[in-house]
Amino acid sequence: MMLSVRDLSVVFADRGAPFTAVDRFNLDMDRGEVVGIVGESGSGKSMTAHALMGLIRRAQVTVSGSAVFEGADLLALSREEMRQYQGRDLSIIFQEPMTSLNPTMRIGKQVEESLRIHEKLSKEERKVRALDAMALAGLPDPESVYTQYPHQLSGGMRQRVMIASALVLRPRLLIADEPTTALDVTIQAQILETLRDINRREGAAILFISHDLGVVKALCSRVVVMKTGKIVESGPVEDVFYHPREDYTKLLISSRPARKKLRGGDTNG
Amino acid sequence: MGKALLKRGGLLIGTMLLVSVLAFTAFSVIPGDPTGSVLGTEATDEQIATFRAQNGLDLPVWQRYWDWLTDFVTGDFGDSYKYDMTVAELVVTQAKVTLVMAGIAFALIVAISLPLGLIAARHQGGIVDKLVTVLSQVAMSVPNFVMGIGLLFLFAVVLSWFRPEYVPIEEDLAGHLRFMVLPALAVALPKSAMTVKLLRGSILGEMGQDYIRTAYSKGNSQGSALWRHVLRNAMIPVVTFLAMAIGDIMAGSIVVEQVFGIPGLGRMLISSIGNRDYPVVQAIVVLLAAVVVGCNFLADLLYRIMDPRIDGR
Repeated sequence: MMLSVRDLSVVFADRGAPFTAVDRFNLDMDRGEVVGIVGESGSGKSMTAHALMGLIRRAQVTVSGSAVFEGADLLALSREEMRQYQGRDLSIIFQEPMTSLNPTMRIGKQVEESLRIHEKLSKEERKVRALDAMALAGLPDPESVYTQYPHQLSGGMRQRVMIASALVLRPRLLIADEPTTALDVTIQAQILETLRDINRREGAAILFISHDLGVVKALCSRVVVMKTGKIVESGPVEDVFYHPREDYTKLLISSRPARKKLRGGDTNG
Repeated sequence: MGKALLKRGGLLIGTMLLVSVLAFTAFSVIPGDPTGSVLGTEATDEQIATFRAQNGLDLPVWQRYWDWLTDFVTGDFGDSYKYDMTVAELVVTQAKVTLVMAGIAFALIVAISLPLGLIAARHQGGIVDKLVTVLSQVAMSVPNFVMGIGLLFLFAVVLSWFRPEYVPIEEDLAGHLRFMVLPALAVALPKSAMTVKLLRGSILGEMGQDYIRTAYSKGNSQGSALWRHVLRNAMIPVVTFLAMAIGDIMAGSIVVEQVFGIPGLGRMLISSIGNRDYPVVQAIVVLLAAVVVGCNFLADLLYRIMDPRIDGR
């Protein structure tokens, strides 16, 4: 087992009564596996991803439980120890490609940042590997994108830049936190294809987070359904999709076309 | 970028022309005439007429303006009515004093506000942060000449660390600079308070941005996220503010010069207004306006250099 999460809870204590955003979350993932987490907004799925990545830094928020990744409990590591995993063994792509990149830093510098932090390489070596990752993420003409700034790229391109910077050190686990939600439908399909390709060619396991069960079905082998911080259902994606046991899961499936229509006017891409 | 700058440059020249018209006509329409203060009340009508003819005061306003403007752009600021010197000689000597003071004030602002803003933002809610918040509130609400009087009282009267006696730069450079630190501080403190507040807010705002979360997800420490990602973005409004503050610093220096008895532009300006020495007043007003307009242009330029998103707009 590559990743084994037991009783992961995230509790906010800064707004009066403590609020449990994630309640005893459990998950096992093998190497190279693609697992989905679905749920509506506020179900705790993104919070779970951020907790696993060590991105919950506020003192008023407590993360408990264990998440053993390749023999080490990520949740028990110090911030300094966790930094060794971030961007190297574990990477994350976020929902908002428009704001997740530094607006005043050239794309190339951002893609190779993990390399700069984790490995001692010359400038030229870094560039070669950055261009390689950019090609893998499906960016056309990496050479010229390398010197551009984020505002010069479309939403889909920026998300590919995010993917490239997450992949530059070939992590064993890639967490994709609603990577296509902000993109229009055709771009969404292309990005999913790229992720599938990366999983096949590089063998990276992917933890794919979405509110869209249809997208999860297209990409993942197993799925976990979350509601208000708790797991309500999990299993092979075909079973959950075609034979949902919970009403909530049925709701997620039946609400899909309406959601698509609502996002139809999205101009990103 | 070139086109936008050209447009800005055009605006700059237009602004300066407008300022020159205002500076010139303001002193042509107000009552009073230099003849009275230069020649005295005993002057005969004949003497007055000769003086007016010599200085072109009998010509219509628009013609005097045109003559003055065409001379001004070539660096000929005219002659002082009061002193037997050209305006250029007079103003340059005084401007040096004010520029030294403004320069020290600017250096002090940067030296005070950048570290404090960084520390306050990095340890939000800590002792330094709370202290800075209170002190900056106080410093911001005190006008710089009151600040000057306060500093003078504290350092000259209570502590006796400061001799309130102006030392000219030609006599003793070190002594001159030592003297200038206190008045410069009076100018710098209120502006530093604003800069600290702006920088702190700007850093905290950037710290909460999505791209900082991305930086952490790559394994950046808090320090490197701050240095490599936050600072450049957070400095954009601060640099713009500082560049625009230079004009204010010059104007502030003029007021503070009065408190400390420094023979700079401020003193020259005020005595020249009293003497109706219009060529001097006009030159100082136009030069100060040029500094302010020039600094705004500089701010715009720096903004464009620091933020790639502005490019081509």
